[in-house]
Amino acid sequence: MTVVRISDDAAALACGANAVAAAFLKAGCTVERVSSWGMHWLEPLAEIDGPNGKIGFGPLNPEDVASVLAGTSDKAIGTIAEHPFIARQQRFTFARAGKTRPLSLEDYAATGGWAGLKRARELGPDATIAEVTTSGLRGRGGAGFPAGIKWTTVAKAAGPVKYIVCNADEGDSATFADRMVMEGDPFMLIEGMAIAGHAVGAGKGYIYVRSEYPHAIAKLNAAIALAVPRIAPFEVEVRVGAGAYVCGEETSLLNSLEGKRGEVRAKPPLPALEGLFGKPTVVNNVLTLAAVPWILANGGAAYAEVGFGRSRGTMPIQLAGNVKHGGLFEVGFGVTLGELVFDIGGGTATGRPVRAVQVGGPLGAYHPPADFHLPFDYEAFSSADGLIGHAGLTVFDETADMSAQARFAMSFCAAESCGKCTPCRIGSTRGVELIDRIRARSGRQADKVEALPQMHNARKAPRTLAEDVTLLEDLCETMKFGSLCALGGFTPYPVLSALKHWPEDFGLAAPEQEAAE
Amino acid sequence: MTDQDELDGILAAHAGREGALLPILHDVQAAFGHVSESAVRQIAQALNLTRAEVHGVVSFYHDFREEPESRPVLKLCRAESCQARGVEALAAALPENPRVKVETVYCLGLCSVGPAAMVGHEVHGRLDAARLGALVESLA
Repeated sequence: MTVVRISDDAAALACGANAVAAAFLKAGCTVERVSSWGMHWLEPLAEIDGPNGKIGFGPLNPEDVASVLAGTSDKAIGTIAEHPFIARQQRFTFARAGKTRPLSLEDYAATGGWAGLKRARELGPDATIAEVTTSGLRGRGGAGFPAGIKWTTVAKAAGPVKYIVCNADEGDSATFADRMVMEGDPFMLIEGMAIAGHAVGAGKGYIYVRSEYPHAIAKLNAAIALAVPRIAPFEVEVRVGAGAYVCGEETSLLNSLEGKRGEVRAKPPLPALEGLFGKPTVVNNVLTLAAVPWILANGGAAYAEVGFGRSRGTMPIQLAGNVKHGGLFEVGFGVTLGELVFDIGGGTATGRPVRAVQVGGPLGAYHPPADFHLPFDYEAFSSADGLIGHAGLTVFDETADMSAQARFAMSFCAAESCGKCTPCRIGSTRGVELIDRIRARSGRQADKVEALPQMHNARKAPRTLAEDVTLLEDLCETMKFGSLCALGGFTPYPVLSALKHWPEDFGLAAPEQEAAE
Repeated sequence: MTDQDELDGILAAHAGREGALLPILHDVQAAFGHVSESAVRQIAQALNLTRAEVHGVVSFYHDFREEPESRPVLKLCRAESCQARGVEALAAALPENPRVKVETVYCLGLCSVGPAAMVGHEVHGRLDAARLGALVESLA
């Protein structure tokens, strides 16, 4: 009987994978639901065992099933593992992607699962942390803080009760790697948390998942139930968010887990010392914890061999937006932005020239094609006034209006601000108004109070466009340095980068063409 | 089972749990479609919190409703990646349908196959004007 493997990842489901799977079943095939390869432009993608090996077909409709089985389909893409998009990757975290059934303990164990936890238990807590430190693994949530140092702090903190918290509140647009781990390889995340618990002496772990990911929540709950005997005495529980973007910030997430408003806490105290319920807590992103089983199984030194500068190991990069070949591309740090957009992403889906690429989600800077030489590395991006964040790339074609994108960044911040600090809460609203005035070239007249005779110091002349732009830059400065967390602090990145690289969209003179190289 | 029994059951199921408020609110919303003022009162009582504290949490999170919503809800993603794939034009051209509530959501994690939408737990990707229109019609 023909075996057909089709993903049950949400991206595949959104493209109609269930209908395709049903059509294969109806045609008498055995259908296995596996994780996604990450080639989302080809979803629903089916892999079929045939006389010439495992051949992929996609993107499929239910009507294509007959021709696929007859061998006459023009949607064959050859052996999936040899497809250039897959062959160019270095898959550590996503080594099982596309190959295993997410909830099969058998598949997981057969592909090296639990080897990391076994080795960690043999090594003992101190040597486990030493492996993570050697690997150079940095927090994949965006801040890039070394995981080994965080774990050491928690391990040394006094107290019988400690927690591992997995930040799975993946709210950034253009990011879906966390979702793919949770839906496609949930045991790997659970194993990573168990290793972290063993290393720092924590007995309980929470995975805080956003409510927009119902499929991930269901998979995690099922996987945890199956994994209980493997990870005991460590326990893991899933907690569901409630639609607040700011809860992706670690202290706000901790408040939410405690059942409070998701307001940011001032640091210090660090969560590593006073985190969940005031106890020492490791808060790590899904991708950070998911990288740990590989590191323990293969050694920290092997992980550190890959990478660029101080960014060691691999990064699961997410190609999204107006890109021809969207999906997940895991590779060692150091690949350039241009390679990602053109060689791997294939340029825009619409075929128009690329105008801008936003790197790092709604708080990341917009980069023009002139920045495409930048290597993917935490330090390189911060020196170019950007950030890599959670490594999501949103590609925009030439139809994008960059002042509208700057306005969106401010309005998003206004909608999602927790309200605790003034620069973020008020600054974002004033920012929207200011960008609206700049876009309308309306200037600003004196308001009622300013027009009162007592207000003799208030200016009487309307503000000019140039003055409004200076004010916007000033406001961004205040938000950047005055906000408590990254939401208010990083919203200026998309705004200022749009203003810097595309001033013509704000009604200013276009930048002079850079001298030809 | 009356509504009161159901609420009592939810409160009993979460008794003694660490940080129980959000799980309770999710269950209450799933059972009744919203978190009513009387539910807030009883949850506060059960968790030894003030009503203001519970109200503060309910009003903070976008997911919780204080009023029931009788119409089916379609969550349309309007974050950057879906914008880059043209969701704003789709949203502007979508005919108003009084029997369906179209809500904005920021990111469903389907950024490579947008524009995307979610109805209940069902996800839809690669939407164009015709497919989105048909989806809304199917809910009405």
